[in-house]
Amino acid sequence: MKILVGYKRVVDFNVRIQVKPDGSGVVTDGVKLSPNPFDEIALEEALRLREKGIAEEVIVAAIAPADAQAHLRNGLAMGANRAIHVVADGPVQPLTAARALLKLVEKEQPGIVLLGKQAIDDDANQTGQMLAALWDRPQATFASEVVIDGQTARVTREVDAGLETIEVDLPAVITTDLRLNEPRFIKLPDIMKAKSKPLETLPLADLGVESGDTLKTTAYAPPAKRGKGVMVKDAAELVAALKQKGLL
Amino acid sequence: MSKVLVIAEHLGGKLNASTHKTVSAAQALKPDAIDVAVLAADPATVAADAARIAGVARVLAVAHPANAQAIAQVLGPQVAKLASGYTHVFLPSTTFGKDLAPVVAALLGVAQVSDLMAVEGTHTFQRPIYAGNAIITVEAPAGQTVVATVRTASWPEAATGGDAPVESTSIEAELPTHTRFVGLAAGKSDRPDLQSAKRVVSGGRGVGSEENFRIIYQFADKLGAAVGASRAAVDAGYVPNELQVGQTGKIIAPELYVAIGISGAIQHLTGIKDAGTIVAINKDAEAPIFEVADIGLVGDLFKLLPELEAAL
Ligand SMILES: Cc1cc2nc3c(=O)[nH]c(=O)nc-3n(C[C@H](O)[C@H](O)[C@H](O)COP(=O)(O)OP(=O)(O)OC[C@H]3O[C@@H](n4cnc5c(N)ncnc54)[C@H](O)[C@@H]3O)c2cc1C
Ligand SMILES: Nc1ncnc2c1ncn2[C@@H]1O[C@H](COP(=O)(O)O)[C@@H](O)[C@H]1O
Repeated sequence: MKILVGYKRVVDFNVRIQVKPDGSGVVTDGVKLSPNPFDEIALEEALRLREKGIAEEVIVAAIAPADAQAHLRNGLAMGANRAIHVVADGPVQPLTAARALLKLVEKEQPGIVLLGKQAIDDDANQTGQMLAALWDRPQATFASEVVIDGQTARVTREVDAGLETIEVDLPAVITTDLRLNEPRFIKLPDIMKAKSKPLETLPLADLGVESGDTLKTTAYAPPAKRGKGVMVKDAAELVAALKQKGLL
Repeated sequence: MSKVLVIAEHLGGKLNASTHKTVSAAQALKPDAIDVAVLAADPATVAADAARIAGVARVLAVAHPANAQAIAQVLGPQVAKLASGYTHVFLPSTTFGKDLAPVVAALLGVAQVSDLMAVEGTHTFQRPIYAGNAIITVEAPAGQTVVATVRTASWPEAATGGDAPVESTSIEAELPTHTRFVGLAAGKSDRPDLQSAKRVVSGGRGVGSEENFRIIYQFADKLGAAVGASRAAVDAGYVPNELQVGQTGKIIAPELYVAIGISGAIQHLTGIKDAGTIVAINKDAEAPIFEVADIGLVGDLFKLLPELEAAL
C-alpha cells in the first residue's frame, strides 16, 4: 500500500505574525518557513506504518510555489520515498488543494491519505474533509491513534466530548491531531540521502483542476488588544481585585 | 434575501449550546428566515428544543437510523440536499461542525468560511488566521451558497422562548456504510462544561503531575468553574484531551479565566482572547501570560492556591 501525505509549507509556529501597517497582508518577508506541524505528524505516522510493513511507499506532496523544493527535500530527509511538488503561483485555498490532491490520489491510488487536521497559517481545517467528500471515501479527522487491520483502519479521534473511535474501510483520508505521535528529528546523513530521492514537479495548471479559490480577502487587521492589567502581590489582594470586578 | 440553514449539534439526545450560538451568527445576517436541521436516529426531543430557540422559523427533523452518530460522510450528502433553497449553511466551529462543514461545501462545490467571528454583510465576514494573530475580512461569491463554521466564542447564545413548527423531512440520498462508529469515551464530570462555563480554571505544565492537578480541580470546584488545561498538561497526561484550550483545542470565552502554571504561548492565548477577565498565577514574572492578564500574581502555585481557597 502507498500512503500519500499532505506536506504544506507554512510560517513557523514560533513566529509571531504581524499585520502590515497598511492592512494589506501579514509580514512574511524573511520569516522562517517550516512544514506544517500537523503534516510532520502525518508524515511520521506514515513512516511508522511503513516501518511496520503495512505500507511500502510514502509520498509527500505539497502545493507550493517554485521555491519550495528544499521544503519537499525536508520531507524526503525525514524518510518519505518520494515527493510530488505541485507548483502554484501563490497560496491555494482548501477546495483547490483538495481538488489537486484528488488528482494525485487518482494517479497514485494510495490506501491512505494522511493530512494535517489544519494548516497553522489559514487555520482552515477543511482540506482532508473536502478531499474525502470529492473522492467519496471515508474520513477520520483529528486522529490521536491509528490502527490498521487489513482493509480497515480503526481511528481514535479527539472530539469535544472526549475520544471517539470509528472504523473506516480503506482507502480513506485520515487527518492528524497533535497527540498522534512525536515526529522524529532529521539526521544529517538523511539530508544527504534525500538529495538523490525522486522529486516530481507538476505545474498546478497541468492537473486540470478548477480553481476553488473563490474567497476574496479584502482586509487584514491585528486582533483587538486587551487593556493593560494589574499585578497584585498576594492571594488576599487577588480576591479583593476579583470582588471589585464583581466576579466573586 | 438570505435564508439560513443551521445544522444542529447534539449528543445523547441533548441539543448543544453551540447551536444557539450559531443561530446568533445567523441572525447577524438579518435574514428572511433561519431554519434549523436536526439529523438524528430519533430527532424528536432535540428538534423540540431547537424549536424553542428565538428567531427560528422552522425545524427540519431528519430521522434515519444511519444518523444515530454524527458521521460526516453520512450526514454530508443529506445536508447538501437540504441546502438547496438556502443562501447560507451555518455549523458551529466545534469538532462536530469542523468535521462536517467541509464535506457539505465540497459536495456543493463551494468554498467554506471557517470560524466566522463577525458579519459585515451577507457575504462579508471576519475570521481569524495565524492562531488569531491576524483577523481577515473575506468576501464569499454572491452567487453561491455560503458554507461557514461559526466561532462559538464570538457569539452569545440566542435566546429561547420561540415556538417554531417542526417538520419531519426525509431525504433521498445514498448513504455510505464505509464508516462505522465504534464508541465514545467521554470524560464524565459533574463540573460545568468547558465550552459554555462562565468561569474556567486551567492548569499547565507548572502543575507538575496528574496527582497535583487535584488542587486545580479543588480550586475550580470552590469557584464553581470548569477545568481546562494547556497542551503541555494534556500531552504530559495530567488531564484528558478534551480539556485542552487553545488554537488546536477549545476556543472559549468565559467571564473569568484563571491560568495557573501556564506560560502563555500564542497557541494557548488564541483560545482565551475573548475571556472577560484573565487571571494569571505563575512563578515566573516574565511569563508572557502576564502580557494579556487583567490580574497577575507572581508566585508558587502550590503555596498560593491553598491561600486563595482559604480567602474565598
Ligand atoms: C501546532 C501547535 C498547536 C498548539 N496548540 C496548542 C493549544 O491548542 N493549546 C495550548 O495550550 N498549547 C498549544 N500548543 C503548545 C504551545 O506552544 C505551548 O507549548 C504550550 O501552551 C505550553 O504549555 P504550558 O504553558 O502549560 O507549559 P510551559 O510553557 O512549560 O509553561 C509552564 C509554566 O508554569 C510555570 N510554573 C512552573 N512551576 C510553577 C509553580 N510551582 N507555580 C507557578 N508557576 C509555575 C512556569 O513559570 C511556566 O511559565 C501548540 C503548539 C503547536 C506547535
Ligand atoms: N498547499 C498544500 N499542500 C500540501 N498539503 C496541503 C496544502 N493545503 C492543505 N494541505 C493539507 O491539508 C491539511 C489541512 O489544511 P487546511 O484545510 O488548509 O487547514 C494540511 O495540514 C495539509 O496536510
